[in-house]
Amino acid sequence: MTLGLKTTTIIIRVLIYATIIAGAFILMIPFFWMLSTSLKDEGAVWLFPPRWVPKPIIWENYKTAFTMWPFGLYLLNSTKLVVINIIGVLSSCSSVAFSFSRLRWPGRDFFFLLLISTMMIPGQVTMIPVFVLFRSLGWIDTFYPLTVPAFFGSPFYIFLLRQFFLTIPKEMEEAAKVDGCSTFQIFSRIILPLSKPALGTVAIFTFMGIWNDFMGPLIYLNSESKRTASLALGFFRSAWYGGTHTAVLMASSMIVMLPCLFLFFFAQRYYIQGIVITGLKG
Amino acid sequence: MKEYRSKLARKEAIEGYLYAIPWFIGFVVFTTGPIIASFLLSFTNWDLVRTPKWIGFGNYKTLIEDPLFWRGLKVTSIYAAFSVPLGIAGGLAIAVLMNQKIKGLSIFRTIYYLPAVVSGVPVSLLWSWIFNPDFGVLNYLLSLVGIKGPGWIYDERWALPSLIIMSLWGVGGGMVIYLASLQGVPTELYEAAIIDGASSWRRFWSITVPMISPVIFFQLIMGIIGSFQVFTQAYIMTNGGPNYATLFYVLYLYQNAFQWFKMGYASALAWVLFLVILILTFVQFRIANYWVYYESRR
Repeated sequence: MTLGLKTTTIIIRVLIYATIIAGAFILMIPFFWMLSTSLKDEGAVWLFPPRWVPKPIIWENYKTAFTMWPFGLYLLNSTKLVVINIIGVLSSCSSVAFSFSRLRWPGRDFFFLLLISTMMIPGQVTMIPVFVLFRSLGWIDTFYPLTVPAFFGSPFYIFLLRQFFLTIPKEMEEAAKVDGCSTFQIFSRIILPLSKPALGTVAIFTFMGIWNDFMGPLIYLNSESKRTASLALGFFRSAWYGGTHTAVLMASSMIVMLPCLFLFFFAQRYYIQGIVITGLKG
Repeated sequence: MKEYRSKLARKEAIEGYLYAIPWFIGFVVFTTGPIIASFLLSFTNWDLVRTPKWIGFGNYKTLIEDPLFWRGLKVTSIYAAFSVPLGIAGGLAIAVLMNQKIKGLSIFRTIYYLPAVVSGVPVSLLWSWIFNPDFGVLNYLLSLVGIKGPGWIYDERWALPSLIIMSLWGVGGGMVIYLASLQGVPTELYEAAIIDGASSWRRFWSITVPMISPVIFFQLIMGIIGSFQVFTQAYIMTNGGPNYATLFYVLYLYQNAFQWFKMGYASALAWVLFLVILILTFVQFRIANYWVYYESRR
């Protein structure tokens, strides 16, 4: 007996849904596990088999995360770096992208190719001389090495913004020129306002990159009071090998992750759009 | 009139350079300059304190005989060889499933994408705890189906596979891109293939894959470059151990430069990294001629 075409289609669809739901569930397990551990008391962390719903639920852990060390200060340091980097990246990259997409100058296409190819050079290759440079400027243990480079453009974001600027119709610019607009006015009054989604995407990517950066702060920051949240969390690890504070450590990790998760939920559209722009047109 | 136009063009050119100045400076100060400096430093012995001493090819000779250099290269290559193709295959498979007119698509897409949103130290700490051999969730779940799980990151044989598994958690990152590109494949192609009697498997390999091959190619290139930059996981979770099983290249580079202050040797390592990535990318571009399909170049 053969199954009818309709029955087969239904079976296939059920299988597809089952796979997708199972996969989604598996991918969520680490988050559940983290949340669950972060709400346990330290004794319950070391129980086997583990309990998914902690009993009792210790909300205190989230408070302890702030009282056992200056976690608030670390979060503030990270926030400062993020804000300065966003300002730097948006101003420098939009200006450069404007030049590469809307202005004509000799050598432009060559330099654009050069820019694209530098996207493929990992920062680790240039890390040592850049460190030596900042050290000779006396910038070790300051925020400068972690903020100043943002003001000199980042190939990836320049590329993303350029792709977006190219989609803005040339006619608007011509009309503005006839009306006597200067280049700067075209840039600031036409291109930038029309590019809010792309600028939003760049801001979000910058946020994620700087907030989660570990190597940069690890190399440049020494004093405890200057640590970023990620860096502090990394140092906390060594204390953790003694086997204590796992619940608080998970609570702290949760706190560091939350801004990224929230940002993603509220700005999902920009987020996915940016990924698609750069991922598809590469 | 002609003179007026050339004057305009010159004005535009000057403005063009002006607006691009931040990148020109950045390109010289943070990219080209450092690459040249790193090349020169790689021929010296330098501890940041005394003046650098020129030792010719000394660092490169040491490097060839340094088992840890080879270990770093091997660990990183194995990681790239597994995590990148598995990530691409997984992301593509999920994207194809999601492209079947699924109800609640945006919810599923969000869930799958969520792990790709988080990264860095918190994720490394979370996975260290997941991989805990005695109290971690992974071995607990395995015990439910009667498997006694290994020591994961604490076991020399399992440490690198553990990090590969962890990387697959972010598979949703690529999925979003593939999904978007799948939606751009013209439906007429599929309709024609169905009329010709092509099976769905055949349609996948003969239409879907070629049509989105530029996207797959881009992900491949960036994925491999990304693999050669792995640092945080290795530093936080295993610190290169146990017994150098997860000594990623960049971790070894970091240790040489910032823990042992062997700036010359670390620069040689950096330059080799640069060359390796350059060669890998070049080779991939050559191979791409055989499998990547660009519609505009027909």
